[in-house]
Amino acid sequence: MPAKVVTVTSGKGGVGKTTATANIGAALAANNQKVVCIDADIGLRNLDVVLGLENRIVYDLVDVIEGRCRLRQAMIRDKRLPELYLIPAAQTRDKSAVSPSDMVRLCNELREEFDWVMIDSPAGIERGFRNALAPADIVIVITNPEVSAVRDADRIIGLIESEEKGPARLVLNRIKPSMVKRGDMLSMEDVLELLAVELIGLVPDDEVVVVSTNRGLPVALDGKSKAGQAFRNIARRLEGDQVPFLNLDDNGSFFDRLKSLIRPGGN
Amino acid sequence: MSSWLDRLFHREAKSAQQAKDRLALVLIHDRTDLPPGTMEILKNELIEVISRHVDIDPAAVRIEMSQEGREQRLLADIPLRTKQRRRAGD
Repeated sequence: MPAKVVTVTSGKGGVGKTTATANIGAALAANNQKVVCIDADIGLRNLDVVLGLENRIVYDLVDVIEGRCRLRQAMIRDKRLPELYLIPAAQTRDKSAVSPSDMVRLCNELREEFDWVMIDSPAGIERGFRNALAPADIVIVITNPEVSAVRDADRIIGLIESEEKGPARLVLNRIKPSMVKRGDMLSMEDVLELLAVELIGLVPDDEVVVVSTNRGLPVALDGKSKAGQAFRNIARRLEGDQVPFLNLDDNGSFFDRLKSLIRPGGN
Repeated sequence: MSSWLDRLFHREAKSAQQAKDRLALVLIHDRTDLPPGTMEILKNELIEVISRHVDIDPAAVRIEMSQEGREQRLLADIPLRTKQRRRAGD
């Protein structure tokens, strides 16, 4: 079966595109899918460190496109998940080294060999974003529950629609249930009402994500973390499974519950 | 910690609600490329054109954007002034 190309984008930087790409890719690979992740953020390469593969880079995306190596030579195989590969971005070039048609051509070549091609888009709405969007079959927009991230997500969703790559699917990342509960953070319902798109993932703010990124081990492979579970659920939804969204209310610690008993009425 | 203080001093609207209300407006203007100032100009021009034909109360005119899914529409509420009819015999 030819691969589906999934582009992860956001408009705003720092909302979790790279983490989401790495983790959805890892979760798909853990489900015995053959996955290649492409870092399309030329000049600001990071998917390699998040996946823990930075020491094994020899060739990169621009080397492939400019014909300095074969596609196969630029693909780094993850030793923990043998069906997960990375094509790293070039670090010393800029976005103009790649064109949207280069990306389409590259992905068409990869489609025959893989089940999933995951593309980590750069922030912004310029060339790098256009490159990442051009080959996409499915576009995931990731945002955080805060005004600037939601505003930029809306802008990106509009651009995806005008390129006829829609409907975009939304991942709401870094949600803090306790803040939502006390009315100090936009809820999932608020964000969906504002953006009017389909939700594909709800990821809680989880310190374990920082720790796993420190180690270069995708959190999706951590069976205990809630964020890891959330990423595994996104992977399953991409595969077509109906998976209910995580109930984030019940993760209060004993101490949190004690506090809410002492201080009722803070709904 | 300060919740009783908040209650004592009529606490502000929840910040999430403020964020949602502000975003709702910003998104409408972003999507339509129609900044808030332009809405004001549009309203004044509408009033001018309509006033040429019917009697309206400019202060009562309301022009706003409404959102349905990802589609926007411009809604104009323009109350007409009713003429005082002369009663027979006055």
